[in-house]
Amino acid sequence: MTTRDDAPARAVSGLDLHAVGPYGDTLGDGIVQVSFSLPVPAGPEAREAARRLAVQMGLNEPQVYHEADLGYGFSFWVLYGKCRHHVDVTRIVVPKIDTAPLSFEEINALVLEKAGRRLRIVGACTGTDAHTVGIDAILNMKGFAGEYGLERYPAFEVINLGSQVSNATLLAKVRETGADAVLVSQVVTQKDVHLSNLAEWVDMVEADGLRQDLLLLCGGPRITHEVALELGFDAGFGAGTTPRQVAAWLAQKWVQREH
Amino acid sequence: MERKLDLDSGDIARCRDAAGAIADEVLGFAAARSTVSIERAVLRWMGVEGGDTDCIPLVNRVVDAAAAAGLLTRGVALPFAEAVRATGMTPSDAARAIAEGRLDLRAPDAEFEDAARATARSLSAAGSDRVRRTNRTRQRFLERLGEGTRPLLYVIVASGNIHEDTVQAKVCARAGAQVVAVIRSTAQSLLDYIPEGATTEGYGGTYATQANFRIMRAALDEASEDVGCYVRQCNYASGLCMPEMATLGALERLDVMLNDALYGILFRDINMQRTLTDQAFSRKVSAAAGLIINTGEDNYLTTSDAFDAAHTVLASEFINEQIALRCGLKPSQLGLGHAMQMNPWREDMFLYEVAQARMAREIFPDCPLKYMPPTKYMTGDIFRGHVQDALFSLASVMTGQGIHLLGMMTEAMHTPHIHDRTLALESTRMIATAARHLEDEIEFKPGGIIQTRARVVLGNAVGLLEQVRDEGLFGAIAHGRFADIRRTPEGGRGLEGVVVKEPGYWNPVEDELDALLAQRAAEVV
Repeated sequence: MTTRDDAPARAVSGLDLHAVGPYGDTLGDGIVQVSFSLPVPAGPEAREAARRLAVQMGLNEPQVYHEADLGYGFSFWVLYGKCRHHVDVTRIVVPKIDTAPLSFEEINALVLEKAGRRLRIVGACTGTDAHTVGIDAILNMKGFAGEYGLERYPAFEVINLGSQVSNATLLAKVRETGADAVLVSQVVTQKDVHLSNLAEWVDMVEADGLRQDLLLLCGGPRITHEVALELGFDAGFGAGTTPRQVAAWLAQKWVQREH
Repeated sequence: MERKLDLDSGDIARCRDAAGAIADEVLGFAAARSTVSIERAVLRWMGVEGGDTDCIPLVNRVVDAAAAAGLLTRGVALPFAEAVRATGMTPSDAARAIAEGRLDLRAPDAEFEDAARATARSLSAAGSDRVRRTNRTRQRFLERLGEGTRPLLYVIVASGNIHEDTVQAKVCARAGAQVVAVIRSTAQSLLDYIPEGATTEGYGGTYATQANFRIMRAALDEASEDVGCYVRQCNYASGLCMPEMATLGALERLDVMLNDALYGILFRDINMQRTLTDQAFSRKVSAAAGLIINTGEDNYLTTSDAFDAAHTVLASEFINEQIALRCGLKPSQLGLGHAMQMNPWREDMFLYEVAQARMAREIFPDCPLKYMPPTKYMTGDIFRGHVQDALFSLASVMTGQGIHLLGMMTEAMHTPHIHDRTLALESTRMIATAARHLEDEIEFKPGGIIQTRARVVLGNAVGLLEQVRDEGLFGAIAHGRFADIRRTPEGGRGLEGVVVKEPGYWNPVEDELDALLAQRAAEVV
């Protein structure tokens, strides 16, 4: 909808995957833009400070293209430079969600055939986070990006606890409902408090002896599958995740685990 | 107000009638009740400040003591005034003595009742004097420095540390901000007390405290002098402490406060009986203190589709307007909320948004209107986001909005950084300057996309408001008529803080508010 997805994805000719760096208009030019504020007024010394910082960031030949004095001792800077670092892409391994993309009908058929019942899913936006936009997009009937939320699937029974749910409340609800899976959303976060909150949740589930009975998922704009696995979850879903991706994962993982 | 949209005035009148009936229902319900936060606001108005050794506010300790003694259903004012009268202490000292168990709270004996009432009246009048002085100070600032051109440019600071916030606020003022709001720490709305003291740690925002209000006020006054324009301070009269926040706003010269009839119910799961009762008192306070209230119906579009649910925003604006007018607020104090939240890739999205923004302008011609920027379709692509915000600014300027909350290119990423705001202010000022008189120059094609859209949204609002009137507001919320969220009258947080007034309930601050409002009503708008 927003981009032309039909442009072919193929390797850029002449590229060395062992040494990949930023691209401006010529392979290997390393062009990077950076902008930042400094807690000093604009002026020649501040300009040199901005330039030197860019050098320390790994930029060769940094150019200050814009400076503005913001008043009260602050200034704003826009610089371009040539990044002297590169990365060996062939050595990168990123854990990914490995379940197959299934349709709405396939997901329902799989669960209802293999489980013979609906899976019970509890979702919550935990801690002090009041932003339910993520959990609602995945769970609510109307869904997100043109796809129905999990509530619409005959395969799932969804209990959405909403926002600002404490881990203790969530655990009590999981026990009470006999949930098969728990989705935890963390949207707004500061100073990485979402990570400690998520880690605490996994610890509580384990301490309570429920871990092996539950699929644990987390999601949010700062969540990746890799981070989720590190924290002890079974899966993590980042920004742009559609309800069907979560549903397909849930259906297949539950079947894998039970059979 | 020039009429460019050919709106059906019969439809507008039907909306106002239905919203008026809804407002009467709500205010009738509220009049029979008080809440712990209203009673605490009464104590704050009467001069109680500070906290106990555990930093629990003294007003909480006194109201808790009154509740424990079974005194709350007749109001905390009289027993508290009796404590002050009998001991000769200052209000704060008497409150501290009560908190420490050195002084009992009880109704005055018959022989002292008149004297206790006189004490209560005099303490309440002292609060009113302070609010009058505060209003005069604001008035003098505005007369001397002016407020700048409209729309008022409104930015948010939210570092968590009030001292960092003041630095950010001053930089914003220099870049052209005319309203600075300090976002509250996440979940403060769910605290049934207002924290005490200056705070340097918050989560997603900075705690609203009386001390923080004073610190920010001093910084903004300094910045106002520096830039030669009065910079307004904004915070939140919302959540479980809504009446107390409004009271602190009145005492500490805030200028704008977020205050919505339904927001807390829908988005914070605060009990509707609690928040609607709190609402009525808070609005009287805001009215008397000359505060502009900003309502929050723009938030509906974060959960509902902005195209399909546009009429729910309009319907809520009518309800907020009718409740506010009945609480003594003047139209010039009503920053009714709406927002640009449609999918930016929808064809003619800009036309629909202009239609709706202009529609609100023509229906509420004397209200400043608070126009909110895109958030729902902001992505983390800051370059695209800056363009979305530019579209928003153009729509705002060409439809004559009163209070313009600046969109941040880093929306959906983090609370704004210092240059996020200055870049937003610069681009918005550029657009406002470039299109300054565009509003006067345009007419809309009769029967075209814009006129048609506005008429359809208004027509849908008529249907919704008459349905809500027939179901009752409580029933309508239970049915999920707003923001697709359902809440029940017994559900949510804070119901235990609602008390039904007994015969003999007395609130001298409310009497003072009525007097202040009568005085204000006699003044020019």
